[in-house]
Amino acid sequence: MTAKGTVFKYGDNVDTDVIIPARYLNIADPKELATHAMEDIDTEFVKKVQPGDIMVANKNFGCGSSREHAPRVIKDNGVACVIAASFARIFYRNAINIGLPILECAEAAEAINAGDTVSVDFATGTITDETTGQTFQALPFPEFIQGIIDNDGLLNSLKARGV
Amino acid sequence: MGMTMTQKILAAHAGLDSVVPGQLIEADIDLALANDITGPVAIRELVKADMDKVFDRSKVALVMDHFTPNKDIKSAEQCKECRDFAHKHDIVHFYDVGNMGVEHALLPEKGIVASGDVVIGADSHTCTYGALGAFSTGMGSTDIAAGIATGKAWFRVPAAIKFNLTGELAPWVSGKDVILHIIGMIGVDGALYQSMEFSGPGVASLSMDDRFAICNMAIEAGAKNGIFPVDEKTVAYQKDRALHEPRVFEADDDAEYARVIDIDLSTIPPTVAAPHLPENTKPVTELAGIKIDQSVIGSCTNGRIEDMRVAAEIMRGKHVADGVRTIVIPATQEVYLQCIREGLAEIFIEAGAIMSTPTCGPCLGGHMGILAAGERAIATTNRNFVGRMGHVDSEVYLSSPAVAAASAITGVITDPATL
Repeated sequence: MTAKGTVFKYGDNVDTDVIIPARYLNIADPKELATHAMEDIDTEFVKKVQPGDIMVANKNFGCGSSREHAPRVIKDNGVACVIAASFARIFYRNAINIGLPILECAEAAEAINAGDTVSVDFATGTITDETTGQTFQALPFPEFIQGIIDNDGLLNSLKARGV
Repeated sequence: MGMTMTQKILAAHAGLDSVVPGQLIEADIDLALANDITGPVAIRELVKADMDKVFDRSKVALVMDHFTPNKDIKSAEQCKECRDFAHKHDIVHFYDVGNMGVEHALLPEKGIVASGDVVIGADSHTCTYGALGAFSTGMGSTDIAAGIATGKAWFRVPAAIKFNLTGELAPWVSGKDVILHIIGMIGVDGALYQSMEFSGPGVASLSMDDRFAICNMAIEAGAKNGIFPVDEKTVAYQKDRALHEPRVFEADDDAEYARVIDIDLSTIPPTVAAPHLPENTKPVTELAGIKIDQSVIGSCTNGRIEDMRVAAEIMRGKHVADGVRTIVIPATQEVYLQCIREGLAEIFIEAGAIMSTPTCGPCLGGHMGILAAGERAIATTNRNFVGRMGHVDSEVYLSSPAVAAASAITGVITDPATL
């Protein structure tokens, strides 16, 4: 599986309150909820994002609240992958559980610029910045976590195991 | 190799003799928790996956606390989804308006969590119960859905930072100041993926409410959990509350820690975190004089009876400054009632503050005290992110109840010692 798209770039400690502000958490409709993604730090995001685009951020992406709405609104806006120097642990679990591909790679997070075209090969973890020609290697997932991803999320992986 | 307290609890729940940091395990859980925001997402996932079942109706808690009493029609619909699920599955620990409280104050108070438990909650501040010597951690709705259906969860065994506490807190300094001080020291990802284990001779002097506040904000340092050893205070707290037998786990003497940090409690000043990260901490004296529009005293961090008492002590016989909306929110019905019985309610109201029914409300910008553009609050809550309490151009300063109460009186950020 691969992805290729334009980069939306953010800094350190992007928290789940700015990914999806709590004032919208009473919205049950995923499409409506997704229209508010990132609006407290980037009002242009939902206007510009195209299916397949890639989000890149520095350290501790997704810190704060446990709200699973955060990776969901990113995914529902068509983002193919989030690359960050590090992820907050609840966001990391949530992204895997709902099937939003994420990659940890500090070098890529630092070097890639907003607006670059980036491609990702999920099988190898190779990230290529096609604008600059640089390539980066993300950390592979542990086998257990890869199993959740391969089964399209946590609940399906539990069912596949007969739990 | 010796194990940390957290590692021992996890090993016991995974049926293993020992675990090591980084190991992926599957463990039995003693409780799965969700609220009116995260619960509906979990319920929908269970239905969608054709797993609409509950592993043990007495080991699931649903607390309607975030947007309650229902702030609008959409919130009412979300609570209804939770209520219907709770009734369908005969959930024992379903808490709605009338008996609810802010979840992380409510569950320990009701004795639903006990020492040695493994608790997962679809709320990041689930780490609060580490104060009881339990392993508890926040997760998302899908993880909690899996826990509700199966009674199990997967964990990556965390390494730990040991905080060796010595000394005793100075007057007007509380557990909130301790955790703000620590987050300022190590940063908002300073304990990422790790446990924060508190130990040392200084632990004994900390009240249970101090410990709840400290563990509550472990997540604000990126930690998986915060945890205190079980001592006489923990045992006394649980004596007439615990619904099941507490189990005591202790860290091994030869446990390995990623870091050991010594903290002399007597040197910690009243501490405030400036916008927009909990790590932007300064002694209150360095921020004194900053004008505020609102003071919020409550939340899962600081809505307990000691918090109410210290706020009332400062506000007794005084009046809040003109233009400072002061909102006091006891975290549970029991705390609320205690405020009335002890005369604290009278003090707050005579001082020009309001008292709200328990709710998370303003902490996450839900309702009951939202900020306009350009407004500034001091709050005993746990996050000061951009837009957290309202408008994207508003500001939140995080503090203890003592500092928030003193600031309400003067209208500017104030060291309670100077009142």
